[in-house]
Amino acid sequence: MYTTELSKNVQPIETPEDPALLEAFEARVAADEFIEPKDWMPEAYRKTLVRQISQHAHSEIVGMLPEGNWITRAPSLRRKAILLAKVQDEAGHGLYLYCAAETLGTSREEMIEALHSGKAKYSTIFNYPTLTWADIGAIGWLVDGAAIMNQVPLQRTSYGPYARAMVRVCKEESFHQRQGYEIMIALANGTAAQKRMAQDALNRWWWPSLMMFGPPDDNSPNTERSMRWRIKRETNDELRQKFVDITKPQADFLGLTVPDPELKWNDEKGGHDFGEVDWDEFYAVVRGEGPVAKERITARREAWENNTWVREAAAAHAAKKQAREAA
Amino acid sequence: MSSDWPLWEVFVRAKGGLAHRHVGSVHAPDQELALRHARDTYTRRLEGVSLWVVKSTDIVASDPEEAGPLFEPAEDKIYRHPTFYDIPDEVKHI
Amino acid sequence: MPAADELAADPLEDAYYDYLLRLGDDALILGQRLSEWCGHAPSVEVDLSLANMALDLIGQATHILNNANNGDGDELAFKRDVLDFRNCLLVEQPNGDFARTIVRQLLYSTWQHLLFQQLAESRDPFLSAIAAKAVKEVAYHRELASEWTVRLGDGTDESAARMRDALDWCWRFVPELFEVDETLEEMIARQTVPDPRSFEREYRAAIGDVLAEAKLEMPADQRPILGGRRGHHSEHLGHLLAAMQYLPRTYPDAVW
Repeated sequence: MYTTELSKNVQPIETPEDPALLEAFEARVAADEFIEPKDWMPEAYRKTLVRQISQHAHSEIVGMLPEGNWITRAPSLRRKAILLAKVQDEAGHGLYLYCAAETLGTSREEMIEALHSGKAKYSTIFNYPTLTWADIGAIGWLVDGAAIMNQVPLQRTSYGPYARAMVRVCKEESFHQRQGYEIMIALANGTAAQKRMAQDALNRWWWPSLMMFGPPDDNSPNTERSMRWRIKRETNDELRQKFVDITKPQADFLGLTVPDPELKWNDEKGGHDFGEVDWDEFYAVVRGEGPVAKERITARREAWENNTWVREAAAAHAAKKQAREAA
Repeated sequence: MSSDWPLWEVFVRAKGGLAHRHVGSVHAPDQELALRHARDTYTRRLEGVSLWVVKSTDIVASDPEEAGPLFEPAEDKIYRHPTFYDIPDEVKHI
Repeated sequence: MPAADELAADPLEDAYYDYLLRLGDDALILGQRLSEWCGHAPSVEVDLSLANMALDLIGQATHILNNANNGDGDELAFKRDVLDFRNCLLVEQPNGDFARTIVRQLLYSTWQHLLFQQLAESRDPFLSAIAAKAVKEVAYHRELASEWTVRLGDGTDESAARMRDALDWCWRFVPELFEVDETLEEMIARQTVPDPRSFEREYRAAIGDVLAEAKLEMPADQRPILGGRRGHHSEHLGHLLAAMQYLPRTYPDAVW
């Protein structure tokens, strides 16, 4: 997930707070009230939110790159327009989320610098390469599918600006997963080469998609507090289970095989059993050792740094104009 | 020197007859580009017919600490609301 | 889909088809170029602006090429080779830095805007309809490019220098926009499209105004580089097509 806690034993943020204010704050959150930017909030809440929302924003922005890799090579005019509109939406979502995080007192530039220095994390999923057109289908189907499961409940998250950003994001994302699955349908009904592409994409994206939900609950240190604060609504394992249960029949419809020999329906629990995610790989990717992690960060850094002159020129022009008008 | 641009708050009128409503913010170097950025960010799906942008630092906001003195005095002035008054059902158009 | 050398015998049909390709290919190639920025722009907001323009242009290309080929614009976009593309040389120029992208946009969108305003009055129902719809999009592109030209030209020393380089790069391709060859003569004679020379003075004045506000000098005229409208392109177009057409060409039987 774009918002899951990505650091392994992350230090819980603890700061001394006025007990009366803290109690009133907890009561408001428990009563499903929204917290707004200028309201009192515990420092731990503020810092956790900045980390989570900026990580979510970074994931949207870095997430433009794997799909952006195929815009110039989309196989029809219709697919090109759809993909460009989708990746553009992700830029918009990154923008909404950076703005939401900025209301907590951290500037966008600080967040972007934290991303470029490697200090801030983003979803592990975007450190995998898009090799074929089928990857564009698989990302829409699996990655956006997983993201939606996390984002829909966040529309009711306790921090007002974040919740409002998520309402907008969810509304706009409704077509993203559908366009991905539509690509998969075309491939699954296509030539032998297209079918091979589709199966290969599922093989490569299945496990990284399950990793998106984050480490197992017993290894996810801040879950309990984040759920109490309504900045997280369901646990990693609950969401992962839900995702597997929803996605398996969709794979069946496509005639594709999920690359997990242990995947089977369990009548008793009313859900699927499935194999163990390779958590060593997950933590390696979190550490920045994903297959194309260097490419992703380099691309983002270059976009920002090579165009500093543009941002400075526009700011200089605004200053000149203001000076002229004042004179 | 910071190379990111100042922040602007964006307000959209969804259609004629409605008030402008706050929808989010954008970064922009000046007011003309702030409008462009607002248009390119917040009205890609026919969301509006009119846009306002205001520099975020130009907004004057009430302090939540003052919410008590600011807003609670209105709570007991129920006579400002139409439901306060008892009018027999058979009287119409009032 | 007729290749350029096997066009139908009717010269009137040839000219009309050729004209549609010019408009459609301009939009397609410029849209493709702008889409290369996606994920790499100077700020998130600019990323959205560039993508919006690219989407407008890809939309225009889709309408026009579909119309030119019985609803199958994809065949024209993805199966023609470089000699059969009819876009002008300006739009195929690589993005370069943001200054060059903006200058290219200013020079093209200003021209496209003047053309489409007149084309919207064409007696040809298709051309008037597409121009009337697209002219609003193009007006926006022109304004945005003008505003950025002013900011970069009258920004910092570095941005002004980059803008001068960009103008120097693009200026030689401007005369092609006003070139009148046999195809265009034919279309003008039939009174279906405007003669671009009729708005050349206005074009130069408009560009001059924007450059003056940007504190940039109008570049000295350079020797015109022509050929795009006849399929003789720069070296860049072949590479653009190699990427754009790779899937349909690698899998000719596939439906996507």
